[in-house]
Amino acid sequence: MVENRPALTVLTHLTLVLGVVIVGFPLYVVVIASTQTAQEIVQNAPMSLWPGDSIAENYRVALWGGVLNNGGRVAPAWPMMAVSLASALIIAFGKIAISLLSAFAIVFFRFRFRTACFWLIFVTLMLPIEVRIGPTYSVVASLGLLNTMTGLTVPLMASATATFLFRQFFLTVPDELVEAARIDGASPMQFFRDHLLPLSATSVAALFVIQFIYGWNQYLWPLLMTTNETMLPIVLGIKRLLTGGDAGTDWNIVMATAILAMVPPAAVVLLMQKWFVRGLVDSEK
Amino acid sequence: MGSLSFERVSKRYGQGARAVPVIAGLDAQIADGEFVVIVGPSGCGKSTLLRMVAGLEDITGGEIRIDGRVINGLEPAQRDIAMVFQNYALYPHMTVFQNMAYGLRIAGLASDEIERRVGHAARILEISELLARKPRELSGGQRQRVAMGRAIVRQPKVFLFDEPLSNLDARLRAQTRLEIRRLHAELRTTTLFVTHDQVEAMTLAERMIVMNAGAIEQIGTPESVYERPASLFVAGFIGSPPMNLLRDWAALGAATGAATGAPLRPAALGSGVQSNVVVGVRPEDAVIVDSPPFNGLWPFAVEVIEMLGAERLIHGRVGTEAIIVRQEASRPAPRAGQQVSLHISPSKLHTFDARTGRRVEHAAPSKKT
Repeated sequence: MVENRPALTVLTHLTLVLGVVIVGFPLYVVVIASTQTAQEIVQNAPMSLWPGDSIAENYRVALWGGVLNNGGRVAPAWPMMAVSLASALIIAFGKIAISLLSAFAIVFFRFRFRTACFWLIFVTLMLPIEVRIGPTYSVVASLGLLNTMTGLTVPLMASATATFLFRQFFLTVPDELVEAARIDGASPMQFFRDHLLPLSATSVAALFVIQFIYGWNQYLWPLLMTTNETMLPIVLGIKRLLTGGDAGTDWNIVMATAILAMVPPAAVVLLMQKWFVRGLVDSEK
Repeated sequence: MGSLSFERVSKRYGQGARAVPVIAGLDAQIADGEFVVIVGPSGCGKSTLLRMVAGLEDITGGEIRIDGRVINGLEPAQRDIAMVFQNYALYPHMTVFQNMAYGLRIAGLASDEIERRVGHAARILEISELLARKPRELSGGQRQRVAMGRAIVRQPKVFLFDEPLSNLDARLRAQTRLEIRRLHAELRTTTLFVTHDQVEAMTLAERMIVMNAGAIEQIGTPESVYERPASLFVAGFIGSPPMNLLRDWAALGAATGAATGAPLRPAALGSGVQSNVVVGVRPEDAVIVDSPPFNGLWPFAVEVIEMLGAERLIHGRVGTEAIIVRQEASRPAPRAGQQVSLHISPSKLHTFDARTGRRVEHAAPSKKT
């Protein structure tokens, strides 16, 4: 900011602090709840905001499963996390591969209906998965892909957003670079591998982060197509823990599972932060 | 090494009635080892022609041959050419070494051979210590060298340069010009060099091709093009400042007549010259004489004088026609507004047909002036 007025500084900082509190406090409650016993959470209303001492027990039960004091059985979270991890990785890499290749085709090749193809892809931007989920389900079901990793990931792979992003990036690649590669004798796929891929590395990294989180957080699609316990992603697993009815919900286990579900995407963001920002800001050419 | 020949080469963009002709039926022969510069104003089709040789543009009609082999349908990599681009087109994510080695790696050369060739080219271009750097860490001149290095390692039959000096500053441009000459003297590879800068063309070329509007105006050595421009276009394009072109012969005759009592006539240029000609005079061929005009001298009204250091340019008029005179700085300068006379040897006059724009040859008059 150009102006340097103390009142303004205080105000901006207050706003920021308020924002952090609004975002951070629920998270704090989740963490605290995951350290207490179920009884402590339910009996103290409002619940204590100080950490309890059953953290190890809660996370052990959440992760590996087990029987609780009140007799409730808890399914282990780690197989669900494995499913989530696998599907998020497959979705992220699949999306990146498909969008890279389709953007490559659209930008660097002259073929009939090229513009039409681009607009077809572009128009699907306006159709979120919720809109086409009925037909998609019907297709996946009739292919016999329900409750499979293929069925879980493939319908989510095609991405107009990523294709568009790569197209925009490829359009900035100077023509001379393509021509120099042609004179050097590079075939189209060699050009793609040797020049386009390294040049788009930062964009790929940024997209990976976004798409990994997108894949990890999928809820509606897995909810429809997974009926088998072994194919449940962790996000659905949390839902499963909220029993309702006569049995009381074990909030401590729910919260511990929620934390577990949050860790991998957070780790991806933290680890790839540098690349992520570079890819979004875009710098070196 | 390779010769290069163009036979009725033409280029059109678009199809049928909407086709835009860019190059129409162009013929030229370039001998093995020759350094030929294609020069012309922007939009004259010179870059298109170069890119047709490189294989980056389709050849609409005619044939281009390298060493007798028709290359029309070949991929760029199969044509035995190497090209240096205007903005160098270095691969930004690769080191200098990788940039230079890339084409050889694609061609499947053994890595020790690649290293030998790149090392050799780097020594010639004095960029050996830059091999590990990325292009963005290099200056403009260094990038230029790397781009040339990438061309050299391919050991092509023909080098193609597409205005490679236009991104350099003036000092570096002059220096690089010399280096390209030196390089050509060393490698003797047939070279086709495109530029819009006539100084570059004059200094680099063994032979130059002057192009205008998709056609060749003149092919010849820089000396012959300068001394005997084949058309009005060449006369106006080559030379800085350009040749004075006097279009209104009647007005010129009237002006000289009023001043000297003996109007300059086309016949004064020699036999067989028609009256509808344009007369050209190089600025250095007009000599200022400090005497009143008489027969044979032209009356010259000085308007502006530009001092350039070793020489000065004197702008003025003969009658209504504007004329620039180039004079060595050591000679006495006229003052602005002064009336002086110009002595122009008739043998130094160039005449062009006003209608076709082509040069009209004439026998120099026998009478000495």
